[in-house]
Amino acid sequence: MNARKQVVLAGLSGIIFSTGLVLAGMTRPGKVVAFLDFFGDWDPSLAFVMGGAAAVYLVTFQGFAKRRKAPIAAPAFHLPTRSDIDVPLLVGGGLFGIGWGLGGFCPGPALSSIGSGSVDVLTFVIAMFAGMGIRTILNRRGSVPDPSTQTV
Amino acid sequence: MESFTPIASLIGGILIGISSALLLMFNGRIAGISGITGALLEPSTAPGERAWRVAFVLGLTVAGAVAASLSPMSFESTLDRSTLAIVVAGLAVGFGTRTGSGCTSGHGVCGLGRLSGRSLAAVLTFITTGAITVFVVRTVFGGSV
Repeated sequence: MNARKQVVLAGLSGIIFSTGLVLAGMTRPGKVVAFLDFFGDWDPSLAFVMGGAAAVYLVTFQGFAKRRKAPIAAPAFHLPTRSDIDVPLLVGGGLFGIGWGLGGFCPGPALSSIGSGSVDVLTFVIAMFAGMGIRTILNRRGSVPDPSTQTV
Repeated sequence: MESFTPIASLIGGILIGISSALLLMFNGRIAGISGITGALLEPSTAPGERAWRVAFVLGLTVAGAVAASLSPMSFESTLDRSTLAIVVAGLAVGFGTRTGSGCTSGHGVCGLGRLSGRSLAAVLTFITTGAITVFVVRTVFGGSV
């Protein structure tokens, strides 16, 4: 029963998330790039997106998740436990930023934009999946630390 | 030239926060898009772990498609980018987010909301390299790459 609730809730969460991205302006790559253009025609709008979202999350995390042993529809919370700042975190974050500035998309808005009919969006999403897949293949060869066993 | 939209962006951000908060309260999960999507590409991910992730991604894409039909302008791109640049960008975003254990949502929204120093380091890193990239594209390549 809980499994079904979790699926329904995740679908609803995805719908709300997508609506938020669209209203916020994050599905317009030019707006994202304008936010990152600190030394040009800087558009600070997206700071309000991250700030507003993190503020809601902060209240929920401190007021709800920290006071309960388990979430409403699952046996336990699956929360990140790591606090160290290591090389993969910074190299990965750095690479992500380069791609973000170059294409104007991070993963959420790219997926949200698939249905817009843009060939560029489809190209970006396929390349993004390929990038994730390369990471997975490298992990399976054991040549680098496995991020899937790490948490945020 | 993009216009400053603090109210719309704040409302959008609050919705993203509510969505992430619901996933935390009901499912006990972090709403990190690269993590949710990336796990679907891992062969080792169990079927029971797949269902809710698929539902989330479906909700995200279907709601986006509905929004695109109602308001095509919300998806307009004014960037001048070659196919090669788009491919390089996608590869860097996919590989980078999986290597750095998160993206704008996992680190930026959930991580900062949990007051995680690790996530703050990630956010500062990707905003910095993103800003450098945008600066280089504008000044060296004249905005077209």
